[in-house]
Amino acid sequence: MAGRSRKYRVLIGKPGLDGHDRGAKILARALRDAGFEAVYTGIRRTADEIAAAAVQEDVSAVGLSSLSGAHLRLFPAVVEALKQRGAGDIPVLGGGVIPDEDLAALKQAGIVEVYTPGTPLAQVVEAFENACDRHQKGRSGK
Amino acid sequence: MNREDLLQGLKGRDPRAIARAISLVEDGDPLADAILGSLDESRIEQALVLGMTGPPGAGKSTLTDQIIAGYRARSQRIGVIAIDPSSAISGGAFLGDRIRMMRHALDSDVIVRSMATRGRLGGLCAAAGAAVRILASSGCSPVIIETVGVGQSEMDIIRLADVTTLVLAPGLGDDIQAMKAGLLEVADILVVNKADCVGAETLAMDMEAVARESRDKGGSTEVCMTVASEGRGIAELMQTVEALEKQYRQGGEHARRRQHAYDLEVLDWALELLRPELLEKIAKSGSNRTGDPRLKAAGILRQI
Ligand SMILES: Nc1nc2c(ncn2[C@@H]2O[C@H](COP(=O)(O)OP(=O)(O)OP(=O)(O)O)[C@@H](O)[C@H]2O)c(=O)[nH]1
Ligand SMILES: [Mg+2]
Repeated sequence: MAGRSRKYRVLIGKPGLDGHDRGAKILARALRDAGFEAVYTGIRRTADEIAAAAVQEDVSAVGLSSLSGAHLRLFPAVVEALKQRGAGDIPVLGGGVIPDEDLAALKQAGIVEVYTPGTPLAQVVEAFENACDRHQKGRSGK
Repeated sequence: MNREDLLQGLKGRDPRAIARAISLVEDGDPLADAILGSLDESRIEQALVLGMTGPPGAGKSTLTDQIIAGYRARSQRIGVIAIDPSSAISGGAFLGDRIRMMRHALDSDVIVRSMATRGRLGGLCAAAGAAVRILASSGCSPVIIETVGVGQSEMDIIRLADVTTLVLAPGLGDDIQAMKAGLLEVADILVVNKADCVGAETLAMDMEAVARESRDKGGSTEVCMTVASEGRGIAELMQTVEALEKQYRQGGEHARRRQHAYDLEVLDWALELLRPELLEKIAKSGSNRTGDPRLKAAGILRQI
């Protein structure tokens, strides 16, 4: 982290109706402890609200958490909402209670990384680090 | 987004351009000069910069959310800079103020920006001041600065505000005692929030006493009571803010504060811009780490 000249800003969103945000908060705090500036939106957000906040906060990645089982609808909706707002370059990562058989569909829909309750936090943090690196590179290339 | 797109987007109030501009300035990007040079100075002059400070959990964000709703009812475009401390250990930050303001997320005339203090020795005033200017230039008024009132850097940021509210709540105990000295002095409005909770009356009486004392000395400190979570007392608070703004503009206090803030920002930027050159000079003289550091510093400054 120390070698990086700019701070990475990320947004953690909690789309959908389930009201448990322990996982989302744990992730946001883990990212903070790894040196990220993590903006948290709170529970029960629509895909469009999350996308709008991601634009205003100028983040390099969006992390989503869903426990309700609606991830196949909610995660791609955020990818789509970001595109609608001209921010399709911001990578979306997603986690929560996600069965293995859904992974391919989520990747297909543009979710760059999917983590499940079994994924070690360090690995999730690294996925954010990599996603942000790629996003930053894409920007300076332009 | 290249330079032309960015400047064009800023003019057109494109949300992405505004957000990029704030980051680029905050990160000290070379584009910062072009961005800040393109701003609308007359809008910045006209905008109201409202400071919201107070101990953790007093209700600053909830109150900000209600104030946003109040100004939106009058169709005013509004900006918020919500500043939270960075972790001293990791340098990262958990930025959670936005949670309380999410009902405005789809309103394109409400711009909320979270900012971390980044443990800067200086530069926070510069970065926050620039963010305020970018939002004001894009037509936001008021621009609200929310910051936890604890340390010196927060005290400095709050000096960027035209009108400052200190948000307090019953049950926060020692925190309030600890901040009495400094923050009570810079606050124009003492807000007793959580007026629905036990102890609010006592706190309000204490604050009335503080306000009387300040008025005796020629100040104009006001006290307001609110229940931010229910939207109570917000209209009165907004009236108080606006009356003070008007009074300050007419009486010259507004100009005096802006000039003071201006000098503070210039100093902060000067130190920020000087930092890389100083670091380089220190590194160059690295082989000779002898003698007193202060004398060394004075020597380096003479070379500049
Ligand atoms: N009972 C009561 N609770 C309130 C009131 N205003 C805010 N709260 C609650 O107080 C808690 C803290 O509110 P915030 O608005 O996040 O406080 P804050 O000052 O922004 O907190 P930090 O940004 O963490 O320093 C939340 O749970 C609010 O719902 C009020 O008037 N009455
Ligand atoms: Mg807050």
